[in-house]
Amino acid sequence: MVRKQQGEWAVEARGLVKTFGDNRAVDGVDLNVKTGSIYGVLGPNGAGKTTTIRMLATLLRPDAGSARIFGHDVAKESHIVRQLIGVTGQYASVDESLSATENLIIFSRLLGLGRAESRKKAQELLEEFGLTEAAKRPLKNFSGGMRRRLDLAASLIAQPPLIFLDEPTTGLDPRTRTQMWETIRRLVKTGSTVLLTTQYLEEADQLADRIAVIDRGHVVAEGTVDELKASVGTSSLHVSVLRREELETARGIVERVLGVSSSLVPEAATITAPMADADLVTDLLVELRARGIKLAEMSVQKPTLDEVFLTITGHGATSTDTTKAEGN
Amino acid sequence: MNQQSIMTAGVARPLRQRASLGQTIRHSLTMAYRGLLKIKRTPEQLFDVTLQPIIFTLMFTYIFGGAISGDVQSYLPVIIPGILVQTVIGTSIVTGVQLREDMDKGVFDRFKSLPIARIAPLAGALLADTIRYTIATVLTFAMGYIMGYRPDGGLDHVALAGLLVIVCSWSVSWIFAFFGVIARTASSVQGISMLVLFPLTFLSNAFVPVETMPNWLQWFVNVNPISHLVSAVRDLTNAGTAGSDLAIALIGAIAIVAVFAPLTVRAYMKRT
Repeated sequence: MVRKQQGEWAVEARGLVKTFGDNRAVDGVDLNVKTGSIYGVLGPNGAGKTTTIRMLATLLRPDAGSARIFGHDVAKESHIVRQLIGVTGQYASVDESLSATENLIIFSRLLGLGRAESRKKAQELLEEFGLTEAAKRPLKNFSGGMRRRLDLAASLIAQPPLIFLDEPTTGLDPRTRTQMWETIRRLVKTGSTVLLTTQYLEEADQLADRIAVIDRGHVVAEGTVDELKASVGTSSLHVSVLRREELETARGIVERVLGVSSSLVPEAATITAPMADADLVTDLLVELRARGIKLAEMSVQKPTLDEVFLTITGHGATSTDTTKAEGN
Repeated sequence: MNQQSIMTAGVARPLRQRASLGQTIRHSLTMAYRGLLKIKRTPEQLFDVTLQPIIFTLMFTYIFGGAISGDVQSYLPVIIPGILVQTVIGTSIVTGVQLREDMDKGVFDRFKSLPIARIAPLAGALLADTIRYTIATVLTFAMGYIMGYRPDGGLDHVALAGLLVIVCSWSVSWIFAFFGVIARTASSVQGISMLVLFPLTFLSNAFVPVETMPNWLQWFVNVNPISHLVSAVRDLTNAGTAGSDLAIALIGAIAIVAVFAPLTVRAYMKRT
């Protein structure tokens, strides 16, 4: 027996590295997740999100670095770590050839529940996740959303204090996604810590207390949602000029008035800039008219993940470090 | 329904450094239960163990019977134990192939993330497959009986012989489980396994008396553990006796498990 886990940090990872052949999928990732919080790992496909989660969940051995779950080392005390975590993978980790009930009963039995207890637990979870009607059907006929729900239900059997969710809503329709978000929020209210990965800025915004942005195996930014938003600009402004030759002049004005750096799409004669303060747009438009620059189009867009990346990685390494320092 | 009780995180709980022996056995039995449920759901995967004993027994008996023992009737006590061993051990290849297919599925990720003994998913799968060996064993003896085979050892010794073959096949299946864990695809598992098993079963005393073979081959056939297993089965079914062949077969089985079970588990843990 080992003393029960306690303390502030659910996850502490230092310099995690995983290489597949020539590809450094994860290249020195640090993560700190506070107990009782939702932590979002945001990044595009292939950024190293899944690999990071798999290392934290004892499914992959790190090539370098270390990670602790509630103070227990993932490599040296993997059996203990497994008693503290629940993992819901990107692809449903449930048995396709069995029914939902059978799946949950088998996982319950493996987790040490008795026969009657397992049956009861399976029933409770199926009810909780709205799967009672489909309980006896084979999983082959399950929709993507049902499968995810069952997968999450299976992760909750042992009521683990830390739950890993790898892209929990990718491929789900908007309604199912909202349901999933509700479930995740409820989980945290009851004392669980959740570490989730996502490709959607909106999802991280909705759920996470803190976010790490990960790109090509590196954490490029870390902080609270607000800190991150402030660094990116909540929305971005797109300005297209009518006369192409005025593009550079207009860009200068945009950067001066908004006080930010911008990017160009020369083919479309469009300037894109983060818009931290909507009030400044008035000043910008006034200034543009004063200089006689005609606009073809102007729009405001919520930042997409691409823009977050453009902004964060475009700043270069030094400012990335600043963001990280602010975050900690 | 009290949602609170389902969703509460169990923060205070006793933690164990590793699974105990009792837990390991329980986990393996649960995994075996999973295997049985899977067989129940997809009964078509039992085609090979039902058809093969019937076809092989008929085929080999009528092809070789006249040539080797003069007539089919007197060949039966020779061929039935031989075909039994060949068929049932051959069935154990499927264990490795299916393990490979199974391991590629997402559910194995969950097994790996659960605090269960590492050997359980493997041991469970292998244990569930003994049902396949049992079916093949019963069908082979039943075919023999229909064709006129009346073993002098009596039913109890026939049952013992069946049990021996099942135990040995289970042991041999660890070899194929090892291939299943290290190979990249299910078809390569099938390929390598056949390559190993074909010489082993045919270069034995299963179908043909050893005396008819050249000396150098006799040497191999006599050390081949399959020969000892076949002899042990013949002793039990035809005479009701147990001799050194039985001991050698059992020792061989234990040795295979002692070598390949740890190898397989280690490879399984490494492969992620």
